[in-house]
This record gives sequence, structure tokens and C-alpha cells, in this order.
Amino acid sequence: MAAASPVSGEMLTAFLLRLADDHLILGHRLSEWCGHAPMLEEDLAMPNMALDLIGQARSLYQYAGEAEGKGRDEDQLAYVRREREYVNCLMAERQNGDFAHTMLRQFYFAAFMQPLWQAIMSSTDARLAGIAAKAEKEVAYHIRHAGEWVVRLGDGTEESTRRMKAAVEALAPYVDELFESDEVSRAVAEAGIAPDPSTLRPAFDAIVGPVFAEAGLDWVETPYGQTGGRQGRHGEALGFLLAELQYMQRTYPGMTW
Amino acid sequence: MIGETVVTAFPSGRLFPAGGEKEERAYSAAAAVVDPEIPAVTIAELGILRGVEMDGDVAVARVTPTYTGCPAVLAIELAVETALREAGFEPRVERVISPAWTTDWITEEGREKLRAYGIAPPVKASNSIRALFGETEVACPRCGSLETARISEFGSTACKALYRCQSCHEPFDYFKCI
Repeated sequence: MAAASPVSGEMLTAFLLRLADDHLILGHRLSEWCGHAPMLEEDLAMPNMALDLIGQARSLYQYAGEAEGKGRDEDQLAYVRREREYVNCLMAERQNGDFAHTMLRQFYFAAFMQPLWQAIMSSTDARLAGIAAKAEKEVAYHIRHAGEWVVRLGDGTEESTRRMKAAVEALAPYVDELFESDEVSRAVAEAGIAPDPSTLRPAFDAIVGPVFAEAGLDWVETPYGQTGGRQGRHGEALGFLLAELQYMQRTYPGMTW
Repeated sequence: MIGETVVTAFPSGRLFPAGGEKEERAYSAAAAVVDPEIPAVTIAELGILRGVEMDGDVAVARVTPTYTGCPAVLAIELAVETALREAGFEPRVERVISPAWTTDWITEEGREKLRAYGIAPPVKASNSIRALFGETEVACPRCGSLETARISEFGSTACKALYRCQSCHEPFDYFKCI
């Protein structure tokens, strides 16, 4: 444990909640495919990836609750905050759309997280480094799985190519937000806890570039990137997601299995 | 207390008790617990049980999940708690996630039991398959053929992938290498 970490508990908590919310919300989105995937293998694959993400969220919420020091546990952080208190990136909350859209979103998020987890493995914060060492192995599988689908659909039939290209267009406004830098990200970077996301873009491009090349896809630049998730400003879709996610805890406060 | 996440391994880093009679007995009890998803192997053979130490009169067992979100972890922790209690100990089960579990911790005996159960054990050297699209040669657990094809990266549980044997045509689970 990095006892002498110069970062404030408030900053550390804010950072951990961002990571945790990204994983919980995207994990929930993926889990919505359970029973609806285009084939049985994917019906197994997507909930499996969702499990990884929700498991990672759980470790992060536990730590965030302790770092915050207000007695909130993982369930309270995951289930009973208000919409504006969630600080996930906007990409994570986007509706699933079709299978191509879901797979591209997964690929982007994994390509963002892999270099981040790899860097956090040598964090000054031993607890976070431990979480990262596990998550890094899991995200490697997500990149492989989603990346293969990006190639298969992008370089597939006329219809699959059309859909993958539409997904590239649709998700383009949500990429830049991942790499935003602000006082929270800079504070944890200065403490050696995690790199500033703005430094991770080359690693992301190095993962996405070859897959796009093989898939025959062109990168789409968009002049109007969406932002606000890290400040709790969300799209319409998140409220509906939270209504379902929080239902049990709102109906039976404090319930446990 | 179940499910408390502790991030350190044993301070000494060792996986087996020092040899005290009590610790040996507690370890044997915990080590006999089988995996709820793969009852052919014990949690010790899978490398999930990281050790048992006595803390005064309390037997402290430490277990690690294969995957962060593995839903079997809770069942395993409860089974370890029950096993220790039945062996006459006051149990405490702690969850450790660091160092991260790797398939290299599955014992030789565990690998053989997995194969006999119809699950291809992980191919060794867990870091060699990292490359994108890297394919691994997986032997069919039934006929031993290397003519196998991956059906899905994800199988019936988070720790397994789905394969098919081209020689005997049987589908089978492959314990993913991490």
C-alpha cells in the first residue's frame, strides 16, 4: 500500500469512480445481450466479458469506498447514486445498437484500457497495481475477441461492411473523451498512480490501426466530439440503464442475496 | 467474513504451511474442496487455494479468483469455510487478487484430471499467445489430435474457451491460458 502517496483521498476516489463506472456501465450494457446474441457462442462470449468488467468494477468500487472514507460500500456506490453522480465515459453508456456497434465499442474500450492497465501494473499504489495485473490479462482477451469481429464484419459481406462502417461513424464522436485530461487525471498521474489518459492515444492507435487496416476500414475524424461524462453530464440513454440497474436496491434498500 | 479483498499474498510468500500439525490439518481440509464448476479437480490442484495459516485459534485460508468476476468464488469461499469448520477450526476466508492467478499454478495432477474430465488443460507458457490473432495448438482431450479448431474465445465459464476436434468431431472445453 502506498501510504505516503501525495494524492488526496478525494482525487483518488474521483479517479477510481471513473474507472469503476466505466466498467460497471459497459458491463451492464454487454449483459443486455444475454439471450439476444446472433449466435450461441456470442451469447456466451458477451456475458463472459460483462462478468470480467463487472468483477473489475467491484474491486474498484471496494477501493473507492475505502479511499472515500465515508462508509459507502461497493453496493451503495454501484446502485444508489444519482445519474449526475456517475462519471463514466459516454461511450460506455451508449445503447448497444447492432452487433457491429457493440463489438466496435468493446474493441475501442479494450484498446483504451489495455495500455492503461499495463501502466497501472507498475503504479505507486500497490492495491491498484494488483487489480490491474488481473484485469490486464482479461482485457487482452477482449481485444482479441472484439478485434476479430471488427475484421470479420469490416471485411465481410456487403451488409456487414455497411454496418461496421456505420458503427465507426456512430462511435467517432465518443473516442476523444477517453483521452481527456483534467485536474483529477493529472493529480493521479503526478502521484505515479496512473498515467494521464492524454498520453495513451499512441498506444490506442497502435492497437486500432492494424485491425482497421486488416478490416479495410478508414478512420473517421469528427469535428464535434462529445464530452461531459467525467463531470456527470450524460446522454439520455444512461437514465434508462440506471432505472433497470438500480431497481432492486431502490425497491428493497440494503437487500442482499 | 467472506469476500474481504486483501491484496497481499502471504507475507512469507509461501503457499504451504510451515509444517505445524494444526496448519497441516487445516490445509488438508481446505485443499480437499473441489471446484463447484469442475468437480473433478480440487481448489489446491487449480492453484486457487493460496494457503492456510493459523492466526491464534483461527484458521485463515486465502483463495484467489481465476477471473475477477468469477461467480464461483463465493461458492468456493463458503465451501472452504465449511470444510475448515467441519475439521474443527474457527475459519476465516480471505480473498487475495495479487499476485494474479495464472494457469501455470495448476498442478500436473490437476492438468491430468482436467484432461480426463474432458477439458483440455491450458497450453503452457502463458505469455506466448498474447499476439493479436495468435492461434494456439490445443490437443483434443479425448483423442489427443492436434487437428482442433476454436469455436469461441469464451466457453461455458469465464476461464474456458470452446473448441472442436476435427479428428473425432467432439466439441470440448479448453481451459484458457492466462
